[in-house]
Amino acid sequence: MKVMEIRNLFKIFGDKPEQGLKLLNEGYSKTEVLEETGLTVGVNDVSFDIKSQEIFVIMGLSGSGKSTLLRCLNRLNEPTAGEIKLAGDDLLELDQEELRQLRRDKFGMVFQNFALFPHKTVLENAEFGLEVQQVDKSVREVKAKEALEKVGLAGWEEQYPEQLSGGMQQRVGLARALAVDPDILLMDEPFSALDPLIKKEMQNKLLELYYQLDKTIIFITHDLDEALKLGDRIAIMNDGEIVQLGTPEEILTNAKNDYVREFVQDVNRSRILTAEDIVTEPLDLVYEQDGPHTALHKMRNNQISSIFAVEGKQKLKGIVKMEDVVTAINQGKEDLSGLIQEVSTVGPEENIDSLFAQMAELDIPLPVLDDQGRLLGIVIKSNVLANLAGNKV
Amino acid sequence: MINNLVDLLSTKIPLGDWVEAVVDFLIINFSGPLNLFSGAIAALIDGFEGVLSFGHPLLLITIFVLLAWKLKDGKVAVFIALGLLLVLNLRMWDYLVITLAAIITSVIISLMLGIPIGILKAHNRAIDLITRPFLDFIQTIPPFVYLIPALMFFGLGNVSGVLATVIFAIAPPIRLTALGIKQVSDELKEAGQAYGCNTWQMLYKVELPLALPSIMLGINQCIMLSLSMVVIAAMIGAGGLGEPVLRSLSTVDIGLGFEAGLAVVVLAMVLDRLFGRDE
Repeated sequence: MKVMEIRNLFKIFGDKPEQGLKLLNEGYSKTEVLEETGLTVGVNDVSFDIKSQEIFVIMGLSGSGKSTLLRCLNRLNEPTAGEIKLAGDDLLELDQEELRQLRRDKFGMVFQNFALFPHKTVLENAEFGLEVQQVDKSVREVKAKEALEKVGLAGWEEQYPEQLSGGMQQRVGLARALAVDPDILLMDEPFSALDPLIKKEMQNKLLELYYQLDKTIIFITHDLDEALKLGDRIAIMNDGEIVQLGTPEEILTNAKNDYVREFVQDVNRSRILTAEDIVTEPLDLVYEQDGPHTALHKMRNNQISSIFAVEGKQKLKGIVKMEDVVTAINQGKEDLSGLIQEVSTVGPEENIDSLFAQMAELDIPLPVLDDQGRLLGIVIKSNVLANLAGNKV
Repeated sequence: MINNLVDLLSTKIPLGDWVEAVVDFLIINFSGPLNLFSGAIAALIDGFEGVLSFGHPLLLITIFVLLAWKLKDGKVAVFIALGLLLVLNLRMWDYLVITLAAIITSVIISLMLGIPIGILKAHNRAIDLITRPFLDFIQTIPPFVYLIPALMFFGLGNVSGVLATVIFAIAPPIRLTALGIKQVSDELKEAGQAYGCNTWQMLYKVELPLALPSIMLGINQCIMLSLSMVVIAAMIGAGGLGEPVLRSLSTVDIGLGFEAGLAVVVLAMVLDRLFGRDE
C-alpha cells in the first residue's frame, strides 16, 4: 500500500523560481539553469511512491538534493511545483494550520546533528513533540519515558544532552520522534555524525525498532553500505534527480547508468575488510598493579584461559596464561612480571585475509594495536570466519 | 554666483529655532499625553523609592545579601554586605536609594520595549534595517546630549533623567535579543517546525530559551549603562548619587567627590555581581 505519492516535484532556490521551472521544462540542465538565472535547482522533477511500512532510503553525495527532497516531504522546504499525496490529501494544498497539524500527527523527524535542545533534559527533549501538541504533562511524561526505554535510554531522563555521547544523543533524537507515535519517520543522515562502531549499533537498533513498530521510515544517507543494510528500496540521487530506484539487489546487480555503477564499484572496493572492522573489546585486561590472584579471578570470571596485560594508557605488554598464573600462586609470587609473554600483533589496517593466515596457528586472540602500541581491541578466530562467510557483496 | 554662495554661508541656518518651534508645538498641543506619561514615570520612580526606603537601610542590605547568597555564592554575599555597609557609613545611602529607584524604573522600561523590539528585529528584515541606524545613532551620540530633549519635554527632575537613561540604555537589550535569536541554529529551528510549532511556540519554546544567555547579557549591559546615565542625569536635577558628584565638582571638594564616586563604584559592582552572568 502506498503511503505517499510524490509526482513531478521541483524545488528551486532563489528569487524567481518560476523562471527556473520554465527552463527545466524546456529541457535545460541544473547547471545551465544556474548559469542562465542564478537559481539553484535542489530537486528536479522527482516522482516516486513510498510504500507503507518500508524503509525507503534516499542516497546521494552531498549536494545531490537528498536532504532538500526530504524537507519537501513535510514542507520544511516549500516545493516549487509538483504534488505530494499523503493519505489522499495533497500536502501542497494545505494552509499553515493544516500543515502544522499534519506535521504533529504524521511525522517524526531525526536530524544529522541531533538538534536536541541543550536547555532541556533528555526527558523534556523526548517530550518536545507532545509538548507542542499541548498534551498533559503527566501523559507526555509517560509516553516519553516509554520512547526512551525503547531506544535503550531508561535511567538517563534527568541528564542534559551535552552529558551524553553522540550515539546516545541520537537515541534521544529517535525517542523524541517515536514519542509522538508518527506514521512516518523522516531521518536526515541520522548516523553520519557517529563513529563507525556506534553507527553499526544504531543501525541495528533502528532495524530492531522497525521490526517491532509499524512505521514507514524515509532514511537519508550518503553511505551505500548503510543504504544496503537498511533499505527495502533505495533511490539514488544525483543533481536533484533520482537516477535509479530499486531494491538493494537491483541496485547492486543492475546499475542503470555509470553514476550508479561507479558508486557500487566503489563500495565493493571499500568492502575489503580490515582488522579494524572486526575488532572486539577484550572481556577484561590486567593492569600494572594487578597480581596473580587478580589475574586468575578475572580469567575465571570471564571463562577465558589467557588475558592481555596493559600498562599506562592501554599500552600492550603481552599476554598472561592461566597455567602460569596458577603456578605462580602456588609458588607464592606477588606480581605478574615474570609471567607476561610477548605476542604477535597487527595494525588496524591489516587485511582480513592475512589475519586468517596468522590466526590459524594461534590459540589465543590476536591483539590489534594502533601505531603507538595501544590496544584497540582483539580479533577472535570465530569473528574472522563469520565475516569471511558473510562477506559476499 | 559666488556672491550668492557667500550670502548663503554668512546666513546661519536657523536650525535651532526650528527645533525649538517643533518642541514648543508638541508641548503646547500634546501637553495632555505628555503630562500623563511623565506622571506615570514619576509614580513608578516614587513607588520604587518608597519600597527601597521602607524600614531601616540594614533591612535592604540584608535582603541584598540574602539575594546574593541565593543567586550567587557566599563570597559575593560578603562582598555586597561590606560594600553597602561602607556606603551607609559614608552617609551616601539616601542618594543610593534614589539612584537605585531610577535605575530600576529605567531598566524595566528599557527591557519592556527593548526585548520585544529585539524579537521583531530578529524576524523582520524591514524592522532590522529601520532600527539599525537608530541604534547606531543613539550609541554614538554623547550621553549628555540626551539630557536636552528630555529636559525640554519634562523639565528638571527625575522623569527627564529616566527618559534620557532609557534612550541611552535600550540599545543592548534590542541588539543582544536580536542577535541571540538569530544565532539559534537552523537545525533546532527546523526541529521546532518539524514537530509542528506555531509562531508563538517557536518563540517561547525554541528561540527565547536558546537566546537566553545573549538576552541576559543584554539585561546586564542595560543595567550598567543605566547606572552610568542616571549619575549623569544629576545635571538635570535627577538627584541621587550624581548629585554629590556634581556638587563636589562645582566646589572642588575632592573628599566628597571621592566618597560619592566610591559609592557609585560600589553600586555598579553590586549590580554587576548580582545580575551578571557567571563566566
